[in-house]
Amino acid sequence: MPAPTQMFFPMIRNCELSRIYGTACYCHHKHLCCSPPYIPQSRLRYTPHPAYATFSRPKENWWQYTQGRRYVSTPQKFYLTPPQVNSILKANEYSFKVPEFDGKNVSSVLGFDSNQLPANAPIEDRRSAATCLQTRGMLLGVFDGHAGCACSQAVSERLFYYIAVSLLPHETLLEIENAVESGRALLPILQWHKHPNDYFSKEASKLYFNSLRTYWQELIDLNTGESADIDVKEALINAFKRLDNDISLEAQVGDPNSFLNYLVLRVAFSGATACVAHVDGVDLHVANTGDSRAMLGVQEEDGSWSAVTLSNDHNAQNESEVERLKLEHPKNEAKSVVKQDRLLGLLMPFRAFGDVKFKWSIDLQKRVIESGPDQLNDNEYTKFIPPNYYTPPYLTAEPEVTYHRLRPQDKFLVLATDGLWETMHRQDVVRIVGEYLTGMHHQQPIAVGGYKVTLGQMHSLLTERRAKMSSVFEDQNAATHLIRHAVGNNEFGSVDHERLSKMLSLPEELARMYRDDITIIVVQFNSHVVGAYQNQE
Amino acid sequence: MFYRWLSVVHRHRASRGWRNWSSARSSASVATEHSVALPAQAQVVICGGGIMGTSVAYHLSKMGWKDIVLLEQGRLAAGSTRFCAGIVSTARHLSIEQKMADYSNKLYHQLEQETGIQTGYIRTGSIFLAQTQDRLISLKRINSRLNVIGIPSEIISLKKVAELHPLLNVHDLVGAMHVPEDAVVSSADVALALASAASQNGVQIYDRTSVLHVMVKKGEVTGVETDKGQIECQYFVNCAGQWAYELGLANEEPISIPLHACEHFYLLTRPWETPLHSSMPTVMDADGRIYIRNWQGGILSGGFEKTPKPIFTEGKNQLEIQNLQEDWDHFEPLLSSLLRRMPELETLEIVKLVNCPETFTPDMRCIMGESPLVQGYFVLAGMNSAGLSFGGGAGKYLAEWMVHGYPSESVWELDLKRFGALQSSRTFLRHRVMEVMPLLYDLKVPRWDFQTGRQLRTSPLYDRLDAQGARWMEKHGFERPKYFVPPDKDLLALEQSKTFYKPDWFDIVESEVKCCKEAVCVIDMSSFTKFEITSTGDQALEILQYLFSNDLDVPVGHIVHTGMLNEGGGYENDCSIARLNKRSFFMISPTDQQVHCWAWLKKHMPRDSDLLLEDVTWKYTALNLIGPRAVDVLSELSYAPMTPDHFPSLFCKEMSVGYANGIRVMSMTHTGEPGFMLYIPIEYALHVYNEVMSVGQKYGIRNAGYYALRSLRIEKFFAFWGQDLNTLTTPLECGRESRVKLDKGMDFIGRDALLQQRQNGVYKRLTMFILDDHDTDLDLWPWWGEPIYRNGQYAGKTTSSAYSYTLERHVCLGFVHNFSEDTGEEQVVTADFINRGEYEIDIAGHRFQAKAKLYPVTSLFTHKRRKEDVELSDLQGK
Repeated sequence: MPAPTQMFFPMIRNCELSRIYGTACYCHHKHLCCSPPYIPQSRLRYTPHPAYATFSRPKENWWQYTQGRRYVSTPQKFYLTPPQVNSILKANEYSFKVPEFDGKNVSSVLGFDSNQLPANAPIEDRRSAATCLQTRGMLLGVFDGHAGCACSQAVSERLFYYIAVSLLPHETLLEIENAVESGRALLPILQWHKHPNDYFSKEASKLYFNSLRTYWQELIDLNTGESADIDVKEALINAFKRLDNDISLEAQVGDPNSFLNYLVLRVAFSGATACVAHVDGVDLHVANTGDSRAMLGVQEEDGSWSAVTLSNDHNAQNESEVERLKLEHPKNEAKSVVKQDRLLGLLMPFRAFGDVKFKWSIDLQKRVIESGPDQLNDNEYTKFIPPNYYTPPYLTAEPEVTYHRLRPQDKFLVLATDGLWETMHRQDVVRIVGEYLTGMHHQQPIAVGGYKVTLGQMHSLLTERRAKMSSVFEDQNAATHLIRHAVGNNEFGSVDHERLSKMLSLPEELARMYRDDITIIVVQFNSHVVGAYQNQE
Repeated sequence: MFYRWLSVVHRHRASRGWRNWSSARSSASVATEHSVALPAQAQVVICGGGIMGTSVAYHLSKMGWKDIVLLEQGRLAAGSTRFCAGIVSTARHLSIEQKMADYSNKLYHQLEQETGIQTGYIRTGSIFLAQTQDRLISLKRINSRLNVIGIPSEIISLKKVAELHPLLNVHDLVGAMHVPEDAVVSSADVALALASAASQNGVQIYDRTSVLHVMVKKGEVTGVETDKGQIECQYFVNCAGQWAYELGLANEEPISIPLHACEHFYLLTRPWETPLHSSMPTVMDADGRIYIRNWQGGILSGGFEKTPKPIFTEGKNQLEIQNLQEDWDHFEPLLSSLLRRMPELETLEIVKLVNCPETFTPDMRCIMGESPLVQGYFVLAGMNSAGLSFGGGAGKYLAEWMVHGYPSESVWELDLKRFGALQSSRTFLRHRVMEVMPLLYDLKVPRWDFQTGRQLRTSPLYDRLDAQGARWMEKHGFERPKYFVPPDKDLLALEQSKTFYKPDWFDIVESEVKCCKEAVCVIDMSSFTKFEITSTGDQALEILQYLFSNDLDVPVGHIVHTGMLNEGGGYENDCSIARLNKRSFFMISPTDQQVHCWAWLKKHMPRDSDLLLEDVTWKYTALNLIGPRAVDVLSELSYAPMTPDHFPSLFCKEMSVGYANGIRVMSMTHTGEPGFMLYIPIEYALHVYNEVMSVGQKYGIRNAGYYALRSLRIEKFFAFWGQDLNTLTTPLECGRESRVKLDKGMDFIGRDALLQQRQNGVYKRLTMFILDDHDTDLDLWPWWGEPIYRNGQYAGKTTSSAYSYTLERHVCLGFVHNFSEDTGEEQVVTADFINRGEYEIDIAGHRFQAKAKLYPVTSLFTHKRRKEDVELSDLQGK
């Protein structure tokens, strides 16, 4: 094992253990933090074997870890000033505005704001946004990794290519294939909109490309002659399943390059959920795998906000999911397949990419591990087989796709990982974003004009408005604004700086106990364009 | 004509109250239907029918000028005057402002009786609250100054506050001041009453008539162009309020009237369950940034917020102020403050939030007087939201100014000529008024510097000095160093450094003063106004002899300290003049004289003379080398002997310093210390400065600032124009008889008045006071404007003060009067009278014993270090 990982070992062991045995270490940490962690053990999405810890610390992420590390010592009282809080909150924020009407491409998307706040170190959430260049439409997605970030990273890099390829007409696929064949320049497929911290792994791009090429070659072979209309829903499902399949295959086949070999194994053995939106004109498709969520913000005629959920969570709270799992496995497993609200008593999301431990047969797992690199072999977790593991696969990456036809009152879409949804109610999320977005443009001035208003009433109204405005003005990014509320909200639903400061200054080994990684994308729709579409038809 | 607008007044009287103004508006529009032709000519045309315009018309007509036309673009009293909160308050920071407000109060008091028009005048009194000790000090200072000019006021206990105004929450207060004679009044009605009285005296009033521009020929007003035709006139008075700036710029030769409007909000409520008594005192809670007065049984409350909203920067010139947006969110801090002060108001119902723009000036003082560029063009505007309080007095002073040529009080602080074109940039005004408006209710502490609109005029050495720790103050747009903070020292933050006690820079200035006394210091004094007066013939001397009070017929190379006096013998300017050659003179005046002095010279120089006047302020950088070793530095740099034998005192010579030639070196320092002034063509400034600093190193040279200079000059009893001297003080009153050529048989302006004064004796005398029982560390510091008591009787006010590091005492300068104990009449002040008195200086209600001196302390002038007493340490290299 390389030296850095070893040096690092005792440290992670410590914090990872606390994370894993959430309940167990509850008391253990009481003396460390001033108030007891309110996050129950069930909040942790994953209760793997302790040995999993080492596995989830890939060595190429070691540098990231140290760089990203802000607090080394045991917890002390840290009070952050508002500017410090802002610099933490805004570190990962990103905004994209769709260029205005250029004569040919009127987008129903005005732009999007995205941001993420880590709780894990390094963060296991990922986000992606891209414009499809060969078809119309924009892709946006949030990915929540578990047991490390390898899988979410891979999915965030690769999934949109799979989707874009699935959407491409036959001729374009042929053209691309011919270009590759003859070494010509390729047609660009995606225009990425990335924050500088959103990286792509260079080493694996060749491998990934080859897998993708195989996919489109198959698509070409399958579709010969027919030029049927491409169904977006089907394309999304195919892309998800295909990518998961490729992840699994790559791990089984391995790679002669030992680094890549280890990488593909880590991708396959870790997991990720995905929630992806495809917006093309008024057609909005949301493909969801796992427990991230897509929420539509609808402004009613009276100006109030309501939330429309466009995805179903795939977890124990979703009865149809539990039902599905039970049906997919023999009756005698009905009790063990979902245990303590977890898949096989271990995994919180019921659908995910990667996680081959829940997909492969025991034989396959053992074979791959034995032939795998030492790191894998030495790892306790990978050797560990889930209990009651009789009829794999137990897990699928197949997404549930929701279609929504945009209306002028649909103002925005919030895509976020469960880190947000477990701290805030969807209705609050939509209201806060809605008020933020409209408040940015016009806060309605108050006029007394004829009403009976007392000084006291006016005063409390103004105080309320000011509290709202002050937090709105601090943020130029709707996602940042939402995170500020998610982390800093007090019991009255307004941002409490002291609380915000405490939450953000938690040492990273404790942060995960209080909150999960939060990743948010807020997509704003252009009501005029949407309205115009509507009128055309 | 009179009938026409009287109908407006009449209708208005019939319908009292704010809500009924709309009916007044409609009646006004009826009135305009039959339009009347304007007169073809008049002596005076006043533009603006608000409180200022009507007050000027009222006073001019009272003083016997009858041929007056008042033009109003909309309706009378329809601008800021209409919306004014109606508070008349005499508690002001400047004496002249106190006097104006006092006069206004008395005028409004009897106006209803005089004109028969109800003005709603009620003597409610006002209470000024202090939430902090510093605020209380500030109130005490005002209190002691109000008392000596006969305005009753007192510092009262919190119990008394609660008695006077039961609704007030007094728990967070530390004290308060009560001014019982302050009043509330309907400002629009006052303006109408003034107009009515003026009209009865023959003033013609035309509304719905806009002035387009003023016609000027050869620098004099000849007439006014309006939208209804021309009027020829001799005098034009710009009382256009927030539109005064635009109107000034509309002239062919623009007249700069630096003011800018900000939105101002106040709140009106419905009556209290048991309506508030109409004599409920007005409350000023400056720390809470609000004022509160009763209004029709309810309250009216507004304030001056920290974040003002400037408007009309682009010069949007709408006729009247109509329905500006109410901005409740903006008002929120003030509302919070109001509810904290009067918690019981919570249940009061709101009538409306009034948005009434107010005009502010760059230095928080109003603007009056004659334009420096156009004779006969007068201005009265920029009231900093005290228009009603000042209206009567300001109108009176301006009328006196027009009729007599000067007002009965010194109004230099308010004179339009304190500004130049440099203060008229829209950006500057917009930024500055955003600082000025909150400052109205900020604590006013000594040595406050504006933070906005800075670094406009700078010396070429600015960056060099700044890098060496200079802290800056601004005068007439020019940055001047206050002192130099040593690299290892840190001063307090701006807000924290506000104090009435010993300031944090005390030790820094001490070391600078010490260096001036023992070694040598450099002070950049480039801001001084510098003129060159030349002529082709011998005319220059002849004319200057008439304009200046001292004899200028001195050998070439000599410097003369002299004044420029007015007919009354008072100082219009105090300057030093060097005779460069037979026909040219170099004149150095205070920084803020740039506009005033120029206008005075231009006005009094014969039109057809071949005299050439040039403002060379920008051409020269001035360095003052102060200290006993200055002579060593200069002689080393110029290879010329600089000893008194070769270079006597008050001598001027062009010579080379370092590589640079043509430096005007003068053996004078403005502080009485030995040293030299170097007037350096700006391109050489950096070179000369660098040379001086490097050569001076071995003599212990260092930079010094104006605070050191100030301490040095005040301890030596050097009076400065604009602070100690003004247009109403004569050379005889400040012991400068020797600087006047009274006995040389030459005529000069003010000679007759001085001769008479010499005959009859003076009625006031500039005196130096040395505070005796004052503890520098613990006691409040004197500033200026403190009352002087002689044998327990009020005798005058201080004009400036400084701590003397040499005497280790505070020194104040101030004029001593001799008020008759019985009649209060002014009597002759003799040296004996001064010397026989026991003196006390009242600092915020606490009286300190003071020694009075008519002549400077002589020991300060003996310069210790001479060539003879060289010490061993001087042999050491440094």
